Amino acid sequence: MSQPAPQPAAPTSDACAQCAVHRAARLRKLGLAIDHWDYLVALAGNPNTGKSTVFNALTGLRQHTGNWPGKTVTRAEGGFIYDERRFKLVDLPGTYSLLSTSLDEQVARDFILFGQPDVTVIVADATRLERNLNLALQVLEITPRVVVCLNLVDEARRHGITVDDRQLARDLGVPVVPTAARQGQGLPELLQAISEVASGRLATRPHRLAAEPPALKPALADLTARLQAAYPSLPNARWVAMRLLGGDSSIVEALRKGELGQLGQAEPPTSRPASRL
Amino acid sequence: MKPFASSESSGQGKPPPPALRLSGGQSDKHSAFAEEAATHVEEQSLPSAPTAAAEILRAARQWRQQIREDIHEAVVEAIYADAARITERCVSTANRPARPTLDRAVDRVVTSRLWGFPIMLLLFAVLFWLTISGANVPSGLISSLLVETLHPWLREMTTSLGFPWWLRGVVVDGMYLATAWVVSVMLPPMAIFFPLFTLLEDLGYLPRVAFNLDRLFKHAGAHGKQAMTTMMGFGCNAAGVVATRIIDSPRERLIAILTNNFALCNGRWPTQFLIATVFLGALAPAHLASLTAAGAVTGVALLGVLLTFAVAWVLSRTVLRGEASAFSLELPPYRPPRILRTLYTSLIDRTLFVLWRAVVFALPAGAVIWLSANITLGGQSVAGHLIQWLDPIGVLIGLNGVILLAYVIAIPANEIVIPTVLMLTVLQTSATGVGAGAGVLFEMDSTEAVGNLLRAGGWTVLTAINLMLFSLLHNPCSTTLYTIYKETGSLKWTVVAALLPLCLGFLVTFSVAALWRM
Repeated sequence: MSQPAPQPAAPTSDACAQCAVHRAARLRKLGLAIDHWDYLVALAGNPNTGKSTVFNALTGLRQHTGNWPGKTVTRAEGGFIYDERRFKLVDLPGTYSLLSTSLDEQVARDFILFGQPDVTVIVADATRLERNLNLALQVLEITPRVVVCLNLVDEARRHGITVDDRQLARDLGVPVVPTAARQGQGLPELLQAISEVASGRLATRPHRLAAEPPALKPALADLTARLQAAYPSLPNARWVAMRLLGGDSSIVEALRKGELGQLGQAEPPTSRPASRL
Repeated sequence: MKPFASSESSGQGKPPPPALRLSGGQSDKHSAFAEEAATHVEEQSLPSAPTAAAEILRAARQWRQQIREDIHEAVVEAIYADAARITERCVSTANRPARPTLDRAVDRVVTSRLWGFPIMLLLFAVLFWLTISGANVPSGLISSLLVETLHPWLREMTTSLGFPWWLRGVVVDGMYLATAWVVSVMLPPMAIFFPLFTLLEDLGYLPRVAFNLDRLFKHAGAHGKQAMTTMMGFGCNAAGVVATRIIDSPRERLIAILTNNFALCNGRWPTQFLIATVFLGALAPAHLASLTAAGAVTGVALLGVLLTFAVAWVLSRTVLRGEASAFSLELPPYRPPRILRTLYTSLIDRTLFVLWRAVVFALPAGAVIWLSANITLGGQSVAGHLIQWLDPIGVLIGLNGVILLAYVIAIPANEIVIPTVLMLTVLQTSATGVGAGAGVLFEMDSTEAVGNLLRAGGWTVLTAINLMLFSLLHNPCSTTLYTIYKETGSLKWTVVAALLPLCLGFLVTFSVAALWRM
């Protein structure tokens, strides 16, 4: 398993204690016992990429998994302790995008936007990377605190597909961890990456959409500036501006009701600025 | 590399673009609508909104009007371009056919126009046959333990402890016996059926079923994803109703909710299995008995699916008019099911969960049945009055008063229909020689004994057939109705969801009875 690209250089002394596999022994699955937590983690991804399998592996819960898209339509919650920190994990419904209007997609989008998770793990299917990236790029527009779990690498290998996870991590600007969750492969590394992004020890440089229509630029800049002025701590002003320009009525509604304003003011205790490396 | 099943289902047509593109593809309509909705919300909100927000909204609207091109479409295109660029840099493919061999070969067969449906029917028939032929023996064993051995012992013990007769009646003859019956009737078929069904699910067969059914749903004016929610309904209708969230269009979602009840649920499978075994299996020679019974259950399940299409067709041409929308369905690769894990989860999550629910509802129902059988009004028990009152209606539709009363008592949970029917039949036939007083089940250790009891209660093959039909076609249980209310937020549609299948049930059973008696 290769390490994600933005990994900080590990001190050479006491290599064992730094090794993710060793640390995984310190994973304690909490099941449903999640009264209070240090970090909130969301699991997002396309349908049928193994989100529920990852969820079960980390929490020790046995939420029913099925080999068909659309199995999870509401969100499931569980918890685990890693590295002496309590994590609450939320399994979101599988979606292809965050832009359309079906209820399950809204559940996912609202959670990533308004639930303000400390880390959003995007579970991506290595055998169908391009389609999975569509969602990943949208999530990156909303939040920088992302870990990509490149799942089903075993299946990809069988089909003769290799994904250069280092290159992918460089392109996306966030850690990419190859896994085969059904076999439990790569989960220690995934936990490590989640923990590092959650604690801010690892700062990400999320990919920004390159080919923006030129006509959009001034509008986007103006609205983003206005939003930032009105709600200084709104973490994803740019994305909100983009949706306002796209005429997303649920975002307009959120702005009107002052939900966005609340997001800006009520700083959740867990979210602290990521320290740059 | 991209196994997409098209809603257009022409099979040979070029694969439709991925789902995101669909929302982009409809962008003319989409953004026109969004523009209107957003403007509407903004205008309506201006007086009450905080000034900063109002200012931003006004600016956004001005920008939108100024930029003529479609922003939504532009953003979607930007995302696609970047995803393609990154993929090109990161993914390398071995120089051989992208999706090799077995999966595709299997898919060619199980989703072919010629073989798709026969294979589907055969698979489900085998599933039912395994359930029916496998459940008989353990059912008898559990029943002889819980009913034949434990029940008399409990009676003796409570007597020697000095329980008054009525308390012993409510607890031992009412609550305990009803629960014992639920366990012995339901546990074995569920313990066989659910793991097998879950294995099919794990394997990845269900999306293929959805693919096969998609064309029919489209012709019926419903959403192809409804095949998925129907599948969920075969487990539990309440879960199926929640699953309709995967359907974007409100119109098609409502159709899916209203017709979900036509998928036989957990609570109704045992009724089907038992009645088919006792009455229809008995019609055939012994070695073909379970095959016949399995055929009958397959027939009823199939009828449910056909009615789903028929009702969807009628709805989409009358009150819920509209075109079926296109979507893309991903056919996941076949994955070897993890058998032990599947056994564990389907036993714990499904079998025990459903059984527990049945037991929780059977306890009070048992008490109610015993009380209604032992409280007399004008020389006859309350249950007797009710049965007598419902009997003419029941007979008219080829059933009887006992069955109708059982369906009233079983509104909270379909699971307790059979135990209730049995207890009430004992009461009604006053089979005192074997039982232990009114409203008490006697010892029955085989399905044969169940058959004898029911025949003594005046049951015929017609009663059996119509009970199977009525079990398919009646109001959803109260949990499902509550879920429908929560999901639709509409009392009107909840009432429709309750009355539509009930009226259909009366209509169908009445017609069958009339034909039978001709």
